[in-house]
Amino acid sequence: MSKKEWPLYEVFIRSKSGLSHRHAGSIHAADDQMALDHARDTYTRRSEGVSIWVVRSSQIVASDPAETAAFFEPAEDKIYRHPTFYEIPEGVENL
Amino acid sequence: MNSNDSLMAYVLRLADNALILGQRLVELVAAYPELEEELANANFALDYLGQARMYYTYAGELEGMGRSEDDLAFLRDENEYRNFLLLEQPNGHFGDSIAKLVLFESFYLLQLEALVHCSDTRVAEIAARAEKEIRYHLRHNTQWLVRLGDGTEESHDRAQASVDALWRFTGELFAPDEVDNVFEAEFEGPDLFRIREQWQKNVAAVLQEATLEMPEEQWMVSGGKEGQHTEHLGFMIAEMQYLQRVHPEATW
Repeated sequence: MSKKEWPLYEVFIRSKSGLSHRHAGSIHAADDQMALDHARDTYTRRSEGVSIWVVRSSQIVASDPAETAAFFEPAEDKIYRHPTFYEIPEGVENL
Repeated sequence: MNSNDSLMAYVLRLADNALILGQRLVELVAAYPELEEELANANFALDYLGQARMYYTYAGELEGMGRSEDDLAFLRDENEYRNFLLLEQPNGHFGDSIAKLVLFESFYLLQLEALVHCSDTRVAEIAARAEKEIRYHLRHNTQWLVRLGDGTEESHDRAQASVDALWRFTGELFAPDEVDNVFEAEFEGPDLFRIREQWQKNVAAVLQEATLEMPEEQWMVSGGKEGQHTEHLGFMIAEMQYLQRVHPEATW
């Protein structure tokens, strides 16, 4: 019997309120609702999350590895763009 | 039957339902064609086993004979089990399993919602936890029944056949006996007539969405609550109890 693979989805989990969603991994599912269920069952079994996003992998527009030089290198010698000249106030976490 | 005996009997039924259905789901572990559904099923099985443990522990305390959760789960015979006949039915194909879960969990969720408000604190606490788990199970399994029913011609026909075949086991869920009546009267337990009405509405809505026909009223099989089981339970618990029977008190 030929087996047709379900589409791939990328899973993003927010571990607690106030933080942003982070990429957790990917799962296969036949539709969006199933993708959400599978993400929940695969990635939040140990209370890892308070919110889940899933998105079809095919819908993600990614940068081209071949263009890494043009894309990212111009930023490397511009250290003045980094906020390293500020002192972080006490009590600020997750910055 | 005094109220403590009746409470014990009621809790034991909850325990047996959870264990027997949990064991059926355990039989499906490592049999799923998709990794993600495999995980979902194993999670569901564990939810049921976890609930069974809480119910059995409490039932043992109520009984007061020093029986532990394991004694109750593994050292009773077939005719001492009080689970619904529906739950001991073999897994069959995927559609059979899903139909069984949707029919039962549509009932169990309503039962738990009522138990959360019963006057026995322990039962209410266990129900509060179980309710969240079952709400998710039902959501997941309902979606599957809709996908199957409203899917291909073959999946539709097979899902319909599954619902039709299991329907005759659903009458028992709502037929109150002395244990149910005492629990309702003395512990503010569920009103099975009201649950039946709500169940019919909910199940009708799911079947409609799944483009499946609701089976006609028919003769219903019962007996599970009194320990009169179908031929499937014996084989099932023989496998489940094997280790405890052959190596009593074995632990790991």
